[in-house]
Amino acid sequence: MSAVHAMDVAVTPQPAVATPILEVNGLTKAFRGLTAVNDVSFEVPRGGIVALIGPNGAGKTTTFNLIAGVLRPNGGTVTLEGQGVTGLRPDRICHAGIGRTFQLVKPFGALTVLENVMVGALRADPSVAAATAKSHEILALLELDDKARLMANTLTLPDRKRLEVARALATAPKLLLLDEVMAGLRPTETDRMVAILAQLNRETGLTILLIEHVMRAVMALSQRVVVLNYGEKICDGTPEQVTRDPKVLECYLGEEDEA
Amino acid sequence: MPLELYLNVITGGLLTGLVYGLMALGLSAIFGVMRIVNFAHGDMMVAAMYAALVLFNVQGITPLAALPIVAGGLFLVGYVLQRLLVNRLIQATEHIQFLALLGVAMVITNGMLMAFGPDAQGVLLDYSFDSYSFGPLILDKVRVIAAVVAGMAALLLWAFFAYTRIGKAIRACADNLTGARVVGLDVDRLYAVTFGVGAACVGVAGCLLLMLVDVHPHLSTDYTLLGFIIVIVGGLGSLGGALLGGVVIGLAEALGGVLVEPSLKSMFSFGLLILILLIRPEGLMGKRT
Amino acid sequence: MTTTAAATAAAPVRLPRGTLLLAGLAALLLMAPLFAGDYLLSVLILICYQAYLGMAWNAMMGFAGQFSLGHALYIGLGGYAAGALFVHFGIPPWIGMLVGAAVATAAGAVVGALGFRFGVKGVYFALLTIAFAEFTRILFDHWDWVGASSGLFLPVAHDQVSLWLLRGPPVMFYYVILGLLIAAFVLSWALLRRRIGYYWQAIREDQDAAETLGIDVFKYKMAAVMLSAAMTAVGGVFYAFYYNNLYPETIFSMHRSIELMLGTIVGGIGTLFGPILGAALLVVLGEVLTLLTEDLGLDGVKQIFYGLCLLIIVLWRPAGIWPWLRTRLGLGT
Repeated sequence: MSAVHAMDVAVTPQPAVATPILEVNGLTKAFRGLTAVNDVSFEVPRGGIVALIGPNGAGKTTTFNLIAGVLRPNGGTVTLEGQGVTGLRPDRICHAGIGRTFQLVKPFGALTVLENVMVGALRADPSVAAATAKSHEILALLELDDKARLMANTLTLPDRKRLEVARALATAPKLLLLDEVMAGLRPTETDRMVAILAQLNRETGLTILLIEHVMRAVMALSQRVVVLNYGEKICDGTPEQVTRDPKVLECYLGEEDEA
Repeated sequence: MPLELYLNVITGGLLTGLVYGLMALGLSAIFGVMRIVNFAHGDMMVAAMYAALVLFNVQGITPLAALPIVAGGLFLVGYVLQRLLVNRLIQATEHIQFLALLGVAMVITNGMLMAFGPDAQGVLLDYSFDSYSFGPLILDKVRVIAAVVAGMAALLLWAFFAYTRIGKAIRACADNLTGARVVGLDVDRLYAVTFGVGAACVGVAGCLLLMLVDVHPHLSTDYTLLGFIIVIVGGLGSLGGALLGGVVIGLAEALGGVLVEPSLKSMFSFGLLILILLIRPEGLMGKRT
Repeated sequence: MTTTAAATAAAPVRLPRGTLLLAGLAALLLMAPLFAGDYLLSVLILICYQAYLGMAWNAMMGFAGQFSLGHALYIGLGGYAAGALFVHFGIPPWIGMLVGAAVATAAGAVVGALGFRFGVKGVYFALLTIAFAEFTRILFDHWDWVGASSGLFLPVAHDQVSLWLLRGPPVMFYYVILGLLIAAFVLSWALLRRRIGYYWQAIREDQDAAETLGIDVFKYKMAAVMLSAAMTAVGGVFYAFYYNNLYPETIFSMHRSIELMLGTIVGGIGTLFGPILGAALLVVLGEVLTLLTEDLGLDGVKQIFYGLCLLIIVLWRPAGIWPWLRTRLGLGT
């Protein structure tokens, strides 16, 4: 009974916000026989914030890597604004308008915070002066501007997480993929990050797809939540719908203390 | 060209290849366990050859008799080198490790240049010119001895890793470093033993090679490169691959020397290296990652 | 807050100090022939030459993070191209330089394209560069048109002075190599301040992150290899015309590749002044050592010293001397 109910929830159409900016259709990836992502489909509406959640090993980061071009899918398509971007190289994906952060942050350690962001900003505008100005704006937005001249490898983890976001933002993406930017942050820092992302979404209309384990951030930010388990989508709906879904509760049961 | 000549060249190449293979085994073992590329490998090889030469000239000890002494000495050198230098660089970037060992290489080789001068020197044994003949096949006695001993040393190394407590512990470090630390293995000491064992292989190979060729300091670069070629052809980190690579390169060089000009023969090795790096960087026997 | 304050306070002081140092150094080097004797001049030429080559290598390793251990290949190609064209057809070295740079760029493109496309990384890539250099060495050893293993010799006319033909006294060569060094410095400086410079450093620091930020990693790595090869080849042309002889055995040898990068490693990989500082230090210390041990007739003592330098730097100051000295001199970052 409950399974049928879950299916109903999953297919219940959401009120259409706009044409989706990102469409993922039947995405599949197998590693040596192990199917990490199996026939996953979902949409991200323009200007929306969608969260991708699920227990460890559910295939969330693999899905990100498939969208961002780090991995090539065995099947399925990724469409950005009606354009097929499936299997493109990461730099092409970036140019197409998708920015991403890494779960394990990858700062350019020997460059300054400002220079890190400038590398991103130079994508849209080859002028170093323009990139500098834009990078300062973004750093100010992420409250990192007072650290602009520090070497990236001297930053604390919360600052590195924000630098990661700043760098991706600097590429002027239409869609931002955030891979666990809250992990390892203290509650106050999480709230700050949530506020920053909400502000970005509100003021610039930036669309965000985020992988997150910190549930209070997911609930505070996202209009829609996609739940993966063992590489398959088990639920897709509003945060309220998802938290009531017995399938979701079941797969999270063992992990509740963590969230 | 007569068939017998080919046959002789091929067997000669095979036999020499086994000695090359033993040298490369050391390089491969060190890499397999610690992911360290020993750029001073050829230099240690030439140092071993000089050690055997000195023992012969001063004490009259033949290279075969000197084998345990030189191997033991090289073990110590490797052990100390690992403790004093390489251990500090385990976490460093690849090119920093490479450069440190390059520094060691420069010190060793030029130290030998200062001590022994640039001229080639060799040993002349009672049986240096003896040979065995099987029908049309003529095998140099020294080459046969060298190959047999090299094979035995390789077997010993395999047994060390397969059966001894310490060898098994070293393999545990290679498989899962964190796990090895958790169960309380003294990783630093095991690494030092590994480097020592790798160096000892070179010590044995050096003694054997001295029976076949004359030594001079500038051979070291050639041997370092030869070692790399062999292990990359065979698969870096694979012990069987190193032996196979040694034989392949020994053959390639021997045949290259007859079919075309002898001075062109190492072009085949480098050509092979380029090819392998491009099409199968994990080597013939290496595992695909 | 305090960091911003410190940075802005240091800014007006930093610029003149650095510029002053640079201007003083340039003036000193420009006027050097006025007071330097033959010996000192030859040492200065060697310093400039090593610094120039170090800068060329730095463009690839220091800026873009691609480790080449086979740069002797490009020295040799440049030197042989210009040298052979001069010997056989009387073509002036400045033209030959273009040919040499073009040949080396093509060779760099082959090494780079193969290495990067096939995903040959790190030490394996370094080995690939060695293999190409050694392969070419053996090839040249058997190529009669360039004198094979017995070498290629450039005609020496002692009374002839021609900048166009690069025939003349050491002073002329000094200004040529100083000019090249300054050009290489300005080029490096300018590139680091442009998009390509930022992209190279991003690739050096983290290739995956760089790619995610929209950088065509292959294209920019290729640019680094090809530029570095061309610059190195120009240095090879200088070598050919300054020393007037070329042997495959020495010019393509791995020792030359090693020698070429030592100064930059000691001075500071990836910095602008590192190659100059490192070359100056190593050449001067090497000369002092040679003078001290001359009577003992010890071959290889200089190489041992260089090997020890390498070890000391790698163990205690892997970033090189310049980054440390820069903070000591209060020159900021």
